[in-house]
Order: sequence, then structure tokens, then C-alpha cells
Amino acid sequence: MIQTRALTRSFRVKKGVVEAVRGLDLSVSEGELVAFLGPNGAGKSTSLRMLTSLLSPTSGTAVVAGHDVVREPAQVRRHIGYLGQGNNAGHLYEPRDELYNQGRFYGMDRRAARRRADELLTDFDLAPMARRRVGSLSGGQRRRLDIALALVHRPRLLFLDEPSTGLDPQSRAHIWQHIRRLHELHGTTIFFSTHYLEEADQYAGRVLIIDNGRVAADDRPERLKEQQAGDCITVTTGDEESARHAATVGEQVPGAHGATADGKTVRLRLGDGAVGLPEYLRALEAAGVKALTAELSRPTLDDVFLNLTGRRLRETAAEQAGGEA
Amino acid sequence: MVTDTGIAFAREMVPELRAPIALAVNAVLPLLFLALFGPLLTSTPGIGEGSPWQWFLPGILVLLALSGTAGAGGNLLMEINSGSFERMLVTPMNRTALLAGRTLKEVLTLAAQGVLLILVLLPTSFELFPLGALAGLVLLATFGVGLGALSFTLAVLARKQEQVFYLVQQACFLPLMLLSGVLLPMSLAPSWLYTVSRFNPVTHIVEAERALFAGRFAEPAVLYGGVCALAIAGLGLFFGARVMRDVRV
Repeated sequence: MIQTRALTRSFRVKKGVVEAVRGLDLSVSEGELVAFLGPNGAGKSTSLRMLTSLLSPTSGTAVVAGHDVVREPAQVRRHIGYLGQGNNAGHLYEPRDELYNQGRFYGMDRRAARRRADELLTDFDLAPMARRRVGSLSGGQRRRLDIALALVHRPRLLFLDEPSTGLDPQSRAHIWQHIRRLHELHGTTIFFSTHYLEEADQYAGRVLIIDNGRVAADDRPERLKEQQAGDCITVTTGDEESARHAATVGEQVPGAHGATADGKTVRLRLGDGAVGLPEYLRALEAAGVKALTAELSRPTLDDVFLNLTGRRLRETAAEQAGGEA
Repeated sequence: MVTDTGIAFAREMVPELRAPIALAVNAVLPLLFLALFGPLLTSTPGIGEGSPWQWFLPGILVLLALSGTAGAGGNLLMEINSGSFERMLVTPMNRTALLAGRTLKEVLTLAAQGVLLILVLLPTSFELFPLGALAGLVLLATFGVGLGALSFTLAVLARKQEQVFYLVQQACFLPLMLLSGVLLPMSLAPSWLYTVSRFNPVTHIVEAERALFAGRFAEPAVLYGGVCALAIAGLGLFFGARVMRDVRV
């Protein structure tokens, strides 16, 4: 569905040239649900814009839905659905009118466009708001309408740029219910970016992390967590000296690494904590160190992200929110 | 391209028809000019013999184009910033048609305002020359195409700094209007001001409109005005199509 080779894009700015995307190679097959993550300025939006034909690449190639984005942008546009960070629907319009207009944009005749509009209003629980002004809808309703607009022509491939940003948890869950249904029922290929890592973890079959304009990681979320972060064991002891001793013991546990003592607390990382924890406790027992408490925590994508990019996604999200305010 | 223009035009017309308040505002504006400014003209020298309305109506039409049509980009700017314009760029719609459809709506509004004004003035001393009036409206529409397209071009170029759009628009609007003799005859102006006004294309359009609405086709003013309007329309469409081709939102 998506195939890029050495895709780059640079921008000329006052102080010279910024390489926003430097050699993006990615391949997404039909039916995948892919999360596209990266800190701000990593080249996420620029990549999405190139894939949706909104921006032409500086070099490299991208074939999207079977068509080259540079040579056949019109064919690409015909076959993809796109949800930008803004609102797809015009604020002065009524949802039904905008859905109808969108159908016409994709070449449907009047009757087909009207029928499709009504179908989508029902599908997305928007029928009661069909004749209200878009500007007066709630954030969640507006976002559902945005997705409906992207689906008017039944695209096989859907790009979602931060579909749930700025929504309350309930609306976010509701949006995701729709996206998942689309994926499961119609096998639509979905490529989405998000600031919420738990969404990527929960919904995506595959996570692509981009940093500095290149793909930094690309795998199933479970595998990424296992390989890039691992489980974390936290043990507390009665005094600092025991903690230091416990850290040395921890280094000997098979598969463990990065054991550190901090006051009376010892932390170590290892691939499979469920097996490692009892082993570690036995080793401590044998070494005569008394562990008071022991805790096992599973890694999150946030840990993976931190490990790969040196930043937490939430921090960058907060920075951006602060910058915009 | 033609179909796409029609579709884009239809989308623009929908909110107007759904909420006729915008139509009403568009209709009231020119009437205000007629009612509150027109009466002042009765004793003004330099506006020719006949009815003052005969002299004033063509001016108002051009003023409407300058104030209304030239501001059309404001709506587009709003759609660019909210995201709905980006959505249209991702559809297979012809991009020039997206702009043409919008321009068409502005021109239609302008022409409708013109017809309304003529109808309102019919019972007065205003004398209607049907062919002249028709030609006058065509000239006005041509001018409107240029202004609308230029306004949209400016909106796309200034999308990152909204205030630039309004700044440039105002900076163009005021001198163009004041120097065109829309409200008062330029023949009353001191010679330097008169000379400057000859370089204003809008002046020639206003003069052409006045000739046409008086039923006089065979005047050089008609030719000059026609050339100016066509040139503005050509420039507007050229820049509009160009800016749409490479637009990035």
C-alpha cells in the first residue's frame, strides 16, 4: 500500500537548509494498522504530507495505493483518505452538506453523494447533528465528521494525522472504536500519527518510530518493548550498603543489565521479568541480602521512545502545547 | 475542469442559501450607499446633466467590487487555517477549479447586487439603457473575476500571517478607491491628483461603467475600461492558477 525509497525533503529557511526527512524507507502492506510516532520536528508531518501528495519530495520515491506521488498525484488522491490535524469540515457548513460536497469532489453523482452522506451520518452517530452548523458541534462530534469525510469514497488506505488530539478520553475511545471497526470490517489500511503512546500500544499492529528524519524503529509494539526496553525490577532493602550489594548480585542474573542502586532502592532491567524476578530473589537470598519489597513493571512504549530518541513523547507534546499557548 | 468548477461553486453557494443572512447583508450594503450618500450628490458639480443616480450607480458597483469581492480571500483564509481547504487539496478536484468556483460565486454575488441596485433605482429619475446596463454588468463581472482571483491568491500567499492579508488588502483598497472617482468626480481634483488618478486602472473601469450605463458604447473610455478589466482578470487568473498549483498549506 505504501512503499518509499530514500524519501527526503528539505526546506530552505533563513539560516540555510533544513533536512526535515532524510532518507525514509518504509513499506506498509494492505490491511495493516500502523502507528507513526516521533518527537516534534522528527519529520512526521512532512512525511505524511509527502505520502498524501500535499508536498513534493526533494528526492526519492513514494508509491502510495499503487501510484507514484510525484507522477500521478491525482491517482493517489483518488485512492486515499486523509484526516489532517485541522478540521476537514468547513465551520460554516452543515455536516450533511459537507459530506455531500465531498462525494461530489470524488466524482459521485448527486444521488450517490446524498445516499453516501446519509449512510456515513448514521455510521458515525451523527444523524441527529446532520443539519447543525459544524462550528457548533463538540470536539468529538467534529472529529467523527472529519473521519467520515475522509471515508466518503471508501478509500482502501487512510491517513490519520493525530486523529484524537485534544479530545477527552471518552471521545478518544469513541473515535478509536470507529477506526478499529473500519480496520476490522473493511480491512482498510490505516496509517496514523498520535501523541498518545498508549493508543499506538493498544491499537496498532505495528509501530514506526521516526527520529531525525529517519526510521529509528519498526516492529510490533510488544516486540519493541521487549527489545528496546525490557522489564524493570525494583527491590528495596533495609540499608544502603545492602542495596549496593544487591546491585552487584543483580548484574549476575542472566539477561539482566543496567543494575543501579539509589539509596535503599535497586533497579535492574531484563528481558523477561516474570522469570527473572524469582531468580533474582533467590540469588539475593543466597548472597545474604534481605529484600524488603520487590516489584516488577512492564515497559511502555514511552520507555522504548525514551531509549531510542532520548526524549519522552509526552514532554515534547507538553512543550508543543506550551509553545502554542 | 468545468465540472469541478461547478462543484466547487455549488459548495460555496450552499451556506449562502442555508443562511440567507449573508445575502441580506450583501444586499443592504449598496442600498446604504444609495440612501445615505446618493442624496448628497444632487447639487455636486461635475457629474453631468441628467439624474445624479445615472452618475452614481456605476461608481457604487465598482465600490462593491472593491470592498466585497476583493475581500473574498478572507473566507478562504479562514478555511485554510481551519483545515477544510487542506482536505479539498487531497481530493482529486482540479486545483484551479477550486479557485475558479470560489471566484464564480463572488462574481455572481456582485452581479446580483448590481441587478438589485438597478431594480431599486428604476422608479427614480434613473434612466435604464438595457444593452448598456448589460454590458456594464459584464464589465463589472470581468473586473470581479480579477479582483476575486487576486484576493484568493493573496490569501494563499499570506496564509501563515493572517494580518498580512488584511494589511495588503486595505493598503490596496483605499488608494484604489479614493483615486478612482467613485464617490466624487475626479474633474474636481487638483491637476496632480487628477494625473495620478489616470494611472489607476479602476478610474478607467469607473469611467467605462458610466459611459455604458448612459448607453454610450462608442467612447474611448469604454475601450480603456474594458482593457483594464480584462488585464486585471487575466493577471488574477494567471497568478491564481499558479499559486494553486504549488500550494502547501
